[in-house]
Amino acid sequence: MFRTFMVIVRRDVTLAMRRRTDVLTTLFFFVIVASLFPLGIGSEREMLRFLGPGVVWVAALLASMLALERLFASDYADGTLEQMLLTPQPLSILVLGKVFAHWLLTGLPLVLIAPLIGLQYHLEGTSLAVMAAALLVGTPVLSLIGAIGAALTLGLRGGGILLSLLVLPLYIPVLVYGSGAVTVSAIDVADVQPFMALLGAFLILALAFSPLATAAALRISLE
Amino acid sequence: MKRHWFHFAAPSTFYHLAGRLTPWFLGLALVTGVVALYWGFFETPDRLGGSNPQKEYYRIIFVHVASAWMSMWLYIVVAAWSAIGLVFNTRLSYMMAISVAPTGALFTFLALFTGSFWGKPSWGTWWDWDPRLTSELVLFFLYVGYLALHSAIDDARRADRAAALLAIVGLVTVPIIFWSINCPDPNQCAALHQRSSMSDIDGNILFGMLGLTFAFWMYSFATSFMRVRSIILERETDTAWVAEVIDREAPR
Amino acid sequence: MMEFLAQGGYAFYVWSCYGMGAVLLAAEIVALRKRRRTILSRLGRLKRMRDAEVNE
Repeated sequence: MFRTFMVIVRRDVTLAMRRRTDVLTTLFFFVIVASLFPLGIGSEREMLRFLGPGVVWVAALLASMLALERLFASDYADGTLEQMLLTPQPLSILVLGKVFAHWLLTGLPLVLIAPLIGLQYHLEGTSLAVMAAALLVGTPVLSLIGAIGAALTLGLRGGGILLSLLVLPLYIPVLVYGSGAVTVSAIDVADVQPFMALLGAFLILALAFSPLATAAALRISLE
Repeated sequence: MKRHWFHFAAPSTFYHLAGRLTPWFLGLALVTGVVALYWGFFETPDRLGGSNPQKEYYRIIFVHVASAWMSMWLYIVVAAWSAIGLVFNTRLSYMMAISVAPTGALFTFLALFTGSFWGKPSWGTWWDWDPRLTSELVLFFLYVGYLALHSAIDDARRADRAAALLAIVGLVTVPIIFWSINCPDPNQCAALHQRSSMSDIDGNILFGMLGLTFAFWMYSFATSFMRVRSIILERETDTAWVAEVIDREAPR
Repeated sequence: MMEFLAQGGYAFYVWSCYGMGAVLLAAEIVALRKRRRTILSRLGRLKRMRDAEVNE
């Protein structure tokens, strides 16, 4: 099963690398959105430091969500997805592989860039580290939950907007605790621990249930 | 016993049963609603003192609490019918889920509206991002997402099953979402919204709240039945029994 | 009676709430009735057309 997983991951990453722009657009969207806030609400130092965690997380949510459409779209278009449903391998493993590849390409870059954005918002060193850590744990959760939405809205007109409507409410816990972790790190790093524990718990739950739900959703959408 | 259990699972039999029951539910809703509101307005003190003093506007509590409870209960009902539909693959279960949701969304909106109008005279602001109202807002988004997904899919079977899955995923995540909104800092879960426990509430006020909630339940049965009957007619058009119904009831 | 309507000066808030509630609940019932009538008349028309075709 692990081999199946790795095959899918390798395939998706290879395919995506051939169209590198897709990967980069998500990253740039994140950067642009994060840059819009100071333009919109003013660039006073203390205010930016206060708003930084929330803004970066919201931008990460939006970027992650926009990228979701591409999770199943091309495989759906050329019929590969239907083939995946017919293979003897458990669909959940295939889904997990696709989601992991998707996260490597769209979530992980956010984790790496976020500290730079954090600097734009005048966040300190420990906060930046906590931000990266929280995003590292949180963005996979976003991809996992988002995959369910992407599977449900396969091939629908207006799919992207509908997908956001379905998925953003489900993102709220990750947003609350992810940005909370960064906010609290500025006061006392020790307080970050329960936040990270909760994010970790979300990740474990998502890993356990999301592939199953996504597989069920794919079956529903493709019958 | 098994035959009776699934007897009303057929759209043809349920259609007629629902039709006979609807007027009773509507009547019950009206009567209990009036009684509950009369009690709430005339058998209760005009002002409340104590740790959380409230003036006359607190009478909004009856419709606010009743609609908030309904918004949550009806979501559970939608998820339950969705689960039954996915497990037993019964068409009518999906139709019931779809029929209940709009009424649930309506109550969610009403809870938000009344919550806002209660907040203005008591806290001084129309909206306050307090955990309960925010949770209600998120619930509204969940309802809208559910209805939007269902209407975006043309194929009835796929629409039913996709919406059903979404409802169940939503139900599972709702406790987590509500909890994260109520307790955003796990280091110190402060109670941001004054919570008066049920036992402290004046008996007459409680009667008003519960009475109106019951009235809303009866109302919800009625609207769900009315809606499901329309859905059944649309979907089962090509059957003989629907042909009979059309002959009998279609306006010329 | 006037006291009841005035609700201690908070009439606007209290009656807006109950008014909105009444409006929404009534509107839903009316909309559902209309929906049923529309469906029945549409199905009735279709049926008559089809019956007429069959009888030709």
